[in-house]
Amino acid sequence: MTEKIALIETKDLKKNFGDLEVLKGISETIYKGEVVCIIGPSGGGKSTFLRCLNMLEVPTSGNVYFEGEKLDPKSTNIDLHRQKIGMVFQQFNVFPHLTVLENITLAPTLEKKISEEEAKKTAMSLLEQVGLSDKANEYPRKLSGGQKQRLAIVRAMAMEPDVMLFDEPTSALDPEMVKGVLEVIRQLADSGMTCVIVTHEMGFAREVADRILFIDEGIIAEEGSPEVFFNDPKNPRTKEFLSQVL
Amino acid sequence: MGPSIIDVFLEYWPMFLKGALGTLRFAAIAVAGGTVLGTLIAILRLSNNKILNFISTIYVDVLRGTPLLVQMYISYFFLPMVIPALNNVDKEVTVLIALTMNSSAYVSEIIRGGINSVDIGQTEAARSLGMSASHTMTKIILPQAIKNILPSLANEYISMIKETSMAGTFMLYELMYTRTILANKYLSWQPLFIIAGIYLIITLVLTNLVKFFERRMSVSD
Repeated sequence: MTEKIALIETKDLKKNFGDLEVLKGISETIYKGEVVCIIGPSGGGKSTFLRCLNMLEVPTSGNVYFEGEKLDPKSTNIDLHRQKIGMVFQQFNVFPHLTVLENITLAPTLEKKISEEEAKKTAMSLLEQVGLSDKANEYPRKLSGGQKQRLAIVRAMAMEPDVMLFDEPTSALDPEMVKGVLEVIRQLADSGMTCVIVTHEMGFAREVADRILFIDEGIIAEEGSPEVFFNDPKNPRTKEFLSQVL
Repeated sequence: MGPSIIDVFLEYWPMFLKGALGTLRFAAIAVAGGTVLGTLIAILRLSNNKILNFISTIYVDVLRGTPLLVQMYISYFFLPMVIPALNNVDKEVTVLIALTMNSSAYVSEIIRGGINSVDIGQTEAARSLGMSASHTMTKIILPQAIKNILPSLANEYISMIKETSMAGTFMLYELMYTRTILANKYLSWQPLFIIAGIYLIITLVLTNLVKFFERRMSVSD
C-alpha cells in the first residue's frame, strides 16, 4: 500500500437498539486493498459496526461514506452501492430453493443485466477456484457447512465487489471445516481484495490482517498492525481480552 | 320417527348433491376472492407505511374478531342500503362478499405468516448482494414462503366449506339449505345426519389430500 485511497469511511457512527447503545461513535477509514480484522468480546459491537457498513443496520446517527458517497438506506441507489460491497454471513444464508449455480448467477443476471451464459461462465470458474464445480447443479441442502460458506463467498464475488465484509464467517462451522473457508478468504485477501473481517480466529487475524481493530463497548478501543497489537497492546481491556483468548 | 336415513338419501340424493356442489362452489369463490384480497392486505400489513399498516390491521382484527354470521347479516341487509346497486344483483352476491372478506382476513394472516417464516438472513443476503426489495420478495422470499402458504390455504378452504353452511340462512342453495327444504316435507332429523355425513366425507378427503401433498413437498426439501 503505497498510496492510501479511502474506500469506506465512517463518521461518528452511533447505533442504539432501544435503550442499548451498541455503537458509541466510531470514526474509521478502510483503505483500498487493506485487510482489516475486527476482534473483540461478544456484544461489543463488532458485527453491528460491520453491518452498518452496507446499511443492513441503519445507524442511529453518523454517516457511512463508500467510495466518497454517503450511503442512504432510503435511496434506491443503495442497491447499486451494495452490489460493490460483498457480504458473507455467519449463517451462510445461501438460497435453499436455488441450485448452487443459480445461487451465484441470480443477482448478476437480475441486477447487473449480465447474460445468463456469461454469468454461468463466471460462476463456474469461481466454483472451480473454491473446489465446488462438481456441485454446480446440486441444491445447498447437499452441501456441508464449509461448502455452503464457500458458496456464499463466491456468490458475493460474482457481483465483482470492491470490498468484502465477513461477519464471523467460520463461527457456525464444524472445526474441521474452518480451515478450508479461511483458505478461501486468505486467497481473496492475497489477491488484493479489500476485506473487513469480524472474526474470533486470532491466529488467522494475525496472519492475514494489515490492521486489527479491537472493538469493545461500542468504540474502537485499540487498533494497530497485528505485530504491535498482539505483542504489545496498550489498552488494559485489550490485554485482558487477549489474555483470555490466546 | 318417519322414514330411515337411507330411504331419505335414496329419494332425495340429487338435492343433496346439488347442495354439496353449492357448498364447494361458495367455498371456492370465497377462498379464491379471499386469496386475491388477502394478498393485498398482507402486503399492506407488511409495508412500512404506518397508516396502511394500521388500516389493514383493523380490517383483519374486525373480520376475525366478529362472528361470520353477523358479518353476513350486515352484508345482506345493510350493504344494499348504502350501495343501491347491490339491490339489482343476485342475493348471493352480498353473502359472497361477506364470505370473501372474512376469508381474506384469514388468508392475509396465512400469507404474512408464510413470508415471516422465511429466515431474515435470506432477505439480508439478497439485499446485501444489491438485489432490489421487489426482486428479493419475488425471487427469494415468496418461492420459499409458498411451501408454508399452500397447505394453510388448502386448510382455509376446508374450514370455509364448513363456514358456508351459514349461507343457508339466507336461502342460498348449499348443503345446509337442503335441511330447510326437507323440513317442509316433515323430514326433521334424517337430513341432518346426511348433511353432517357429507360434510365429514368432503373435509376428510380434502384434509388427507392436503397431507399427501404436504408429504410430497417436504420430500423435495
